Amino acid sequence: MRFPRAKEHDPLVADLKRALAPDRVRSAPLERSIMSRDASIFEGGRAGPVCFPLSTEEVQRCVQTAGRHGRAVVPRGAGTGLAGGAVPLEAPVVVVTTKMNRLLSVDADRRMAWVQPGMINLDLSRAVAAHGLHFAPDPSSQQVCSLGGNVGTNAGGPHCLAHGVTSAHVLAVEVVLMSGEAVVLGDPRGFAPGLDLRGAYVGSEGMLGVTTAVAVRLTPNPPTVQTLLLAFDSVDAAAQTVSAVVADGIVPAAIEMMDNNIIRAVEEFVGAGFPTEAAAVVIAEVDGLPGGVAAEAGRVAELAAARGASVRWAADEQERALLWKGRKSAFGAIARIKPDYYLHDTVVPRTRLAEIMNRVYEIVEDHGLLVMNVFHAGDGNLHPMLLFDRREPGVMARVHAAGAAIIEASLAVGGVLSGEHGIGIEKRDFMPQMFSEDDLDAQARLRRAFDPDEMANPGKVLPLGASCAEVNALGQAPEGVWG
Amino acid sequence: MAGPSSPALDSFAAAVAADGLVAVEGGRTHWEIGGLCPAETRLVRAPAGVRSFDPAEMTVRVGAGTLVEELDAALAEAGQRANLPVAANATVGGVLAVGRDGLHALGRGRLRDALLEAVYASDEGRLVKAGGPTVKNVSGFDLCRLLVGSLGTLGLVGEVVLRTWPRPAAGIWMAGQCAPRELRRRLYWPSSILWDGRTSWVHLEGHEPDVEAEASLARSLGCETVDGPPPLPDFRVPAGALDAQAPDARKPRGRFVVQVGTGTAYVSAPGPAPDPDPAVVVLHRRLKAQFDPRGRLNPGRDPLAAA
Repeated sequence: MRFPRAKEHDPLVADLKRALAPDRVRSAPLERSIMSRDASIFEGGRAGPVCFPLSTEEVQRCVQTAGRHGRAVVPRGAGTGLAGGAVPLEAPVVVVTTKMNRLLSVDADRRMAWVQPGMINLDLSRAVAAHGLHFAPDPSSQQVCSLGGNVGTNAGGPHCLAHGVTSAHVLAVEVVLMSGEAVVLGDPRGFAPGLDLRGAYVGSEGMLGVTTAVAVRLTPNPPTVQTLLLAFDSVDAAAQTVSAVVADGIVPAAIEMMDNNIIRAVEEFVGAGFPTEAAAVVIAEVDGLPGGVAAEAGRVAELAAARGASVRWAADEQERALLWKGRKSAFGAIARIKPDYYLHDTVVPRTRLAEIMNRVYEIVEDHGLLVMNVFHAGDGNLHPMLLFDRREPGVMARVHAAGAAIIEASLAVGGVLSGEHGIGIEKRDFMPQMFSEDDLDAQARLRRAFDPDEMANPGKVLPLGASCAEVNALGQAPEGVWG
Repeated sequence: MAGPSSPALDSFAAAVAADGLVAVEGGRTHWEIGGLCPAETRLVRAPAGVRSFDPAEMTVRVGAGTLVEELDAALAEAGQRANLPVAANATVGGVLAVGRDGLHALGRGRLRDALLEAVYASDEGRLVKAGGPTVKNVSGFDLCRLLVGSLGTLGLVGEVVLRTWPRPAAGIWMAGQCAPRELRRRLYWPSSILWDGRTSWVHLEGHEPDVEAEASLARSLGCETVDGPPPLPDFRVPAGALDAQAPDARKPRGRFVVQVGTGTAYVSAPGPAPDPDPAVVVLHRRLKAQFDPRGRLNPGRDPLAAA
């Protein structure tokens, strides 16, 4: 039995209930089981007591109580992460921030807002829409993912090509350190003297502390937007067009690519009007002032047509919304084809896109799997989605072998392990393929400066052995983590 | 995997590895910022030169000792630029170590976001890679952000990969007596707004018809074309120091220029800096202890004291 009912008088649970409120500390097997997973395929996590604080002070009390009992703390937002970053190992106290979901203040003149970490990404953009502003990072999960989680993973999204990933949109974070102290890193106006602790914290996957508030930068809505749907006869031509656009000195707001398998799946699912016979489509969006938009959209269309594309211009906001709905429904659409998927996330130099796409198809074929590609082509951020049915004997080994080969191929052309999902458990053991021992040691030093006893989300990102203390604290990842 | 290496980087690391106090010397344009190194500090120079630039990739790998002007000229040939402030004698590594944004951070982004990968020599003279060469990367902790503005106190940067951007076709400086808040509200994407308490300066850049349209909007707010921005006073402070409600004893005196949208003001005579949060000070101390336990790197310099 993996989740035995907690002992009647578990002193940790009793203390946590005193620190918060009895109904906001859960230790029943079902609740701990739910909190033992995230949106990744990784199983084998084990949650301890699950806490739902309402305020920074309550988070401090959770952390202090866990510390007194010698237990680690795993911060958790909406649980939509894809790298296992929020999967608890070794029964830590899980601090869930979903009930801290308020917009605390908006300063439209300074284009910033303070939010609680549990606020949903899209809710923020909706809340500030009346000011003509939005929050630029827009992960595909933006309807359900939390801003605290976005900070943890340094999340991206289609519109991060021109405006940068989450880090560029975070002015300050309020953090509860493992000592129980709350501290503001950065400055909500944009300049804090000293080291950029804010920048070091964003993307740290819950290993430096628990985020309790975020000062976000808001971006003005563009006066003009033009979206183009480019349909190609070959994946090569699509990839070459993306490279050609970048080489031409155009930085579109977004440039996304989908291959035939996913086009057909999406089309059946939402009917966005994608050409089902195309080998690949590219959704390119240019925004800004009208002169630049006209010039750049025209140039993108020219470059695409020169590579054999048929070009469809979104005529109005409705058509534009439909194209994006098609793009963002990809993950729902594939559920109709296979029950399970494993979404990968690597980045390659943008000039190597065509080459790496071909390599991905070869790898997947070699492993007898089905792949769909829907990804942020403009910044070289691949998202091969391996589809499978985990009930099929031996399939998991093939899925992981194909994933490893895709990572290797990406690194071989000068790419990196992750563009926006993070390392978590998923890629922890691949870190030595990208970083030397000295590089990893430096990252472990950063971690220890914030969390000397390594009590925040242990066992993630840094491979065992990157820091001596960790080897002793954690031993090995529990069996079955690789699901 | 094996660490980063080149003959120039290897000899840079070897120079850092030798005993004693060591500081990296750039163009000395901000040499006194954050404090001075003791006289016995040995000076080293980072490798110079553009190592690789593929315009189609829009990234550049460059030695930290390269002059920013030289990098700018190389990128300009392909119609691109990096988001680094260009100043005579300043080096790429020096500009990143000091961490001051360029005047155009409002529109072009912050300096801290320009850096994709850094190779630095650690206190033990080992070469360490932070970040990665692609425009998007979340592989591991973001050491690059920590290095920008660190005054070389955590590691001595030898080589970097920077993101580059297209150089816009048109650009214009304007100035007038209108409120900076109004300019920010009415213009879509000005690259810079500066304010000295009376006059606002604004820089517009982009495609020609857009710049013209935005310029006529700025004219309707009372701005006229000018040659360039005002000279900036020497000291950088958080813009909040100038707020009406800031305590008088801490207020800067003399001339000031606020850089709108970056939380920064430049002043000719800063008041006494407010004491930072003790928890922030502790984190600074612990980071220094982790990255440079013997206190060898850029001794005497304190990022928290870098006005």
